[in-house]
Formats: sequence, structure tokens, C-alpha cells
Amino acid sequence: MIEFSNWDILRNLLLAAQWTLLLSIAAFIGGTVVALTLTAMRLTRNVVVMRIVRVYVELFQGTPLLMQMFLCFFGLSMIGYEISAWGAAILSLTLFTSAFLVEIWRGCIDTLPKGQWEASRVLGLNFLQTLRHVILPQATKVAFAPTVGFSVQVVKGTALASVIGFVELTKAGTMLNNATFEPFKVFAFVALIYFALCYPLSLCSKYLEKKYHVAR
Amino acid sequence: MSLVKLDQVHKYYGDFHVLKGIDLNIKVGEVVSIIGKSGSGKSTLLRCINGLEAYQQGGIAVDDKEVTSEDIQVRRLALSVGMIFQSFNLFPHLTVGENIMLAPTIVLKKSKQEAEKTARAMLEKVGLGDKFDRYPEKLSGGQQQRVAIARALAMNPKVLLCDEITSALDPELVGDVLKVLEQLAAEGMTLILVTHEMNFARDVGDRVVFMHQGKVWEEGNSKKLLSEPQTEELKQFIGAVL
Repeated sequence: MIEFSNWDILRNLLLAAQWTLLLSIAAFIGGTVVALTLTAMRLTRNVVVMRIVRVYVELFQGTPLLMQMFLCFFGLSMIGYEISAWGAAILSLTLFTSAFLVEIWRGCIDTLPKGQWEASRVLGLNFLQTLRHVILPQATKVAFAPTVGFSVQVVKGTALASVIGFVELTKAGTMLNNATFEPFKVFAFVALIYFALCYPLSLCSKYLEKKYHVAR
Repeated sequence: MSLVKLDQVHKYYGDFHVLKGIDLNIKVGEVVSIIGKSGSGKSTLLRCINGLEAYQQGGIAVDDKEVTSEDIQVRRLALSVGMIFQSFNLFPHLTVGENIMLAPTIVLKKSKQEAEKTARAMLEKVGLGDKFDRYPEKLSGGQQQRVAIARALAMNPKVLLCDEITSALDPELVGDVLKVLEQLAAEGMTLILVTHEMNFARDVGDRVVFMHQGKVWEEGNSKKLLSEPQTEELKQFIGAVL
């Protein structure tokens, strides 16, 4: 049997952690793009469009991420779309992230007083002008902290990609455990690496919250 | 010639009949105070005049143009009707100057220089010439409200609607805002105010409209109406506020 030193374990985990990081970033970017589109759709106040967004949000917030991942990975290949574990992981995490971000951002837009819309309206600004010059500059400030805060959930969510066979941090941990039979040590390392990824994000979120609350 | 004309205006909130057939004619340069208890429909009336609220029956015209609450109409209306709110509603992320210049540059497509010139002139007019680069949060309530007046004036409106604009202010700041209104009235601006400032209504206003239960209960020359109220309801109201 091959001997694994602590360094061997850590080195392999860190290599795999790159994929966790990459998956997180990809999902976050994808989620942001989709959520921006959905937010814009929702702001049109068109009843049908708003209902579509509503259903989307309920669907992806109301089902476990793991099920979404299974559906993307196995479901899509069943109906003839071959998709890699990597692709399925990004797709499902994008859907999941966007469903939460669109709700977070709605909250940020709703916290602005109704008077901001009314004042813009009586000054003659149209909907898009109001959005661009009055609403978004204020809402984005409010949105920074909860958005960064939510990114922690995305990082942790990537662990589920291990179940469909994508080799990221958690999957690497499982494999190393099978080889070393030292679950406590291996998974403690895994947990530490996740923590090292998430903690700075939490700190950043707290900092942003303080910064923009004082300014308001 | 009447600038603002209301003809049998009815408004409902669901089953609640807020405005029950309002007739009103306001001439150019007139200063009209709308008074009445809360819930009498006076703010709603004001918000109907600039299309912020839809009405269900009757007609409203400003400067001979019909008022509806459709977006495009409201925007056309914004060119002739300015509005000032109880809660100021300044844009907190913009400086005082930017607040005033926003609509003239975007809506009227004025150049930056031109808009800035107007903005500075309007600020001077409301007595805040030195606050151009400040953010609204650094100003007192009275100053913020005067910036809001300057912002509305920069659009060169024909009539200014004031919705309880001194109600959120500390008593010692009310005077500054009223002084600005008085000056505007003297310059011939048409003003329609929903207000609780009876002294202002009597001394500066031309006409008082007393609203009660969604109707114009009594109206007339401000000095006469407030000193010799005809109806029991107005007597009671004046007794309660003075």
C-alpha cells in the first residue's frame, strides 16, 4: 500500500480545490447574468412575464440543489443531450444561484422608498431613465453585501457536484479517504479548505454591509 | 383663463369612493389652498391632477390638455406640472446640484452647462446658493425641501403642486419653506397646496377649498372663508386647527 504523507493529502486536495473555485466562479457569473435578466423582466411589471419569473424562482428555490443536479446530469442525457459532469454542475448551480439572487435583488429594489419612483415620474423621467439614474445606483449599493454573502452558499453548493462524479474538493476528499482510510484527517483538511474559501467572503460581506449602512 | 380644470371627477379605491364629483377651476397665477381633515381626499385630488393617481369618471385638464395616468401622458404633463412631496424625495445618491440637473439634462435634453446655470439660479432663489455640491443628507429638512422646490422649478412648470410640504418639518424650519412659496406666489406662479398652515392659506393664498367626505364642501376667497365659515363642518375644522 502506498503511504500518504500529510503534505500529499493536502497537495492533492488543493489541486482539487482549484476546480471548486473555478466551478464557484463560473456558477456565480452564470447566476448573475441570468438573475440580471430575470430582474429586468420582473421590473417590466408585465403580469405574464412576472409570473414566469415567479415560477422560475419557486421551482429552483423549492427543490433541493442535488435533485436539480441529477436532473441536469441524468435527465438531460436521457432525452439525448450528452452533458459532462462539469457542464451539468455549472448549469444546475447557475439555475440555483440565479433563483436566489433575483429574490435578493428584488428585496434591495423594494427597500427604496416609493417616493423615489414618484419623484422621478413627476419630473418626467420614463421607466428606463428612472431605473438607470435613480433606482439602480441606490439598489446596487444595498445589494453588494447580501450578494457577496450569498456567494458563500454557492461555494458550499459546489460540494454536491461530487455526487455526479465531478472531481472537486469533496470528491477528492472521498477518493483520498478511500486510499488512506484516515477519514478524520482527510475531511478535516477538506473542511479547512472550504472555510478558507468562505470566510474571506463572509468578512467581505460584513465589511460591505457596514460601509454602505453608515453611508445611508 | 383656467389653467387647471376639474370637471365632476370621481375616484374609487376599490369600493371606497374617495372623490365624489369634484369641480374646480384654477386660473393662472392663483394660489389655492386645499384644506380638510385627513381622509377627506385632498392629497388624492392633488395626485390626480398630475396623473400619479388614476380617476374613474369626469375629466381633468391642465393647460387645455387632458390628464390621464398613462405613463406617456404623465411625462408630457411633467413639463407643465411640478410637484413637491411631504417627504422631500430627493435622490440621496446625487448632490444637490445633480438632483436639480437630472431631469433638465435627461428629459429636456439641456446641455450640462445650461442645466447647471439654471440649477444655480434656482438654488439662489430658494436661498441655498452655497449648497450646490452637498449631499441631501447633510442638509436640514427645511433645506432639503427647498432643494426639492428648486428641483421642480428647474423644469419651468406652469403650476406647482405642494402636498403637505411643511408637515414633516420641525416648526422652526417651516418658515423658511413658506417664505420661498410666498416669493413664488408674488412672482405669479400658480400654486395648489394641500396644507395645514392656516395663516399661510389666509395671508398668501387667494382661495381656500375646504374638502369634506370627498367633496368640495365650501370654497371661496381665503380671508373671507376662514373668518366667516358658512358650514358647520368648516367651523368645526377651523376651531380644531386654530
